[in-house]
Amino acid sequence: MAPREMTATLPAVRISRRSFVAGSAAGLFIMSLPRIAVARPSLDEALVGFSGGKPINDGRVKLDIPPLLENGNAVSVTVDVESPMTISDHVRRIAIFNEHNPQADVIVFNLGPRTGRARVATRIRLATSQTVVAIAELTDGTFWSSRASVIVTLAACIEE
Amino acid sequence: MAARALIHVPKTAKKGEVIELRAMISHRMETGQRQGVNGEAIPRDIINRLTCTYEGVEVFSAELFPAVSANPFVSFYTVAVQSGVIVFTWIDDAGAKQVATAEITVS
Repeated sequence: MAPREMTATLPAVRISRRSFVAGSAAGLFIMSLPRIAVARPSLDEALVGFSGGKPINDGRVKLDIPPLLENGNAVSVTVDVESPMTISDHVRRIAIFNEHNPQADVIVFNLGPRTGRARVATRIRLATSQTVVAIAELTDGTFWSSRASVIVTLAACIEE
Repeated sequence: MAARALIHVPKTAKKGEVIELRAMISHRMETGQRQGVNGEAIPRDIINRLTCTYEGVEVFSAELFPAVSANPFVSFYTVAVQSGVIVFTWIDDAGAKQVATAEITVS
């Protein structure tokens, strides 16, 4: 009895069952999107983007990062590349990429023959336990990389 | 951007010696991922570039992303070629520059 009276007093907004289902599905999809609307590239996509599709070799790069961290807010990273650092044979760029932060890029160093030694250090943020990769571009156009897996117990990025 | 910058450059070096340079600047490096007390997004505000020139010649630069820690620290090397001024320049998202300089005597 009561439902019948209610339908009589409600304004006549007619939603077909099909459009209701479609609308709910769209709403759920939007709600389920992460806060960053654009999905980040995977680690391998980021590396290919850096190398421009050229093959990436293992070796020549030494990535020094602690394997177990209590806090991901300031992680010391050192990258050392085997290179004579002469005008004809030196490291052009060294980059660090991560697997699970909101953004794949961490830092890119631009070096030259006046750098003298292909060794750089910085401090980075890690959102969670993940793989970190250091990649180097040499003057002969080859790319070399090294990866390390890191366990983080307290995440960066979200917490203070 | 008026921040405190710390740089480490050896005062003296032998010609051809490879010297370590270290640079750190106080900056919160806001990632743009965090939310404020009312749930509104805190906008990204980071230092995105560091360059180092040695007597006017660029010897090193770095592009920084939000994954670099607050108070970004970078260390690298350079060859001591001549006495002169080494200049570090940091640039933030707003385009503001901060400069720190040091003199080196090369014998």
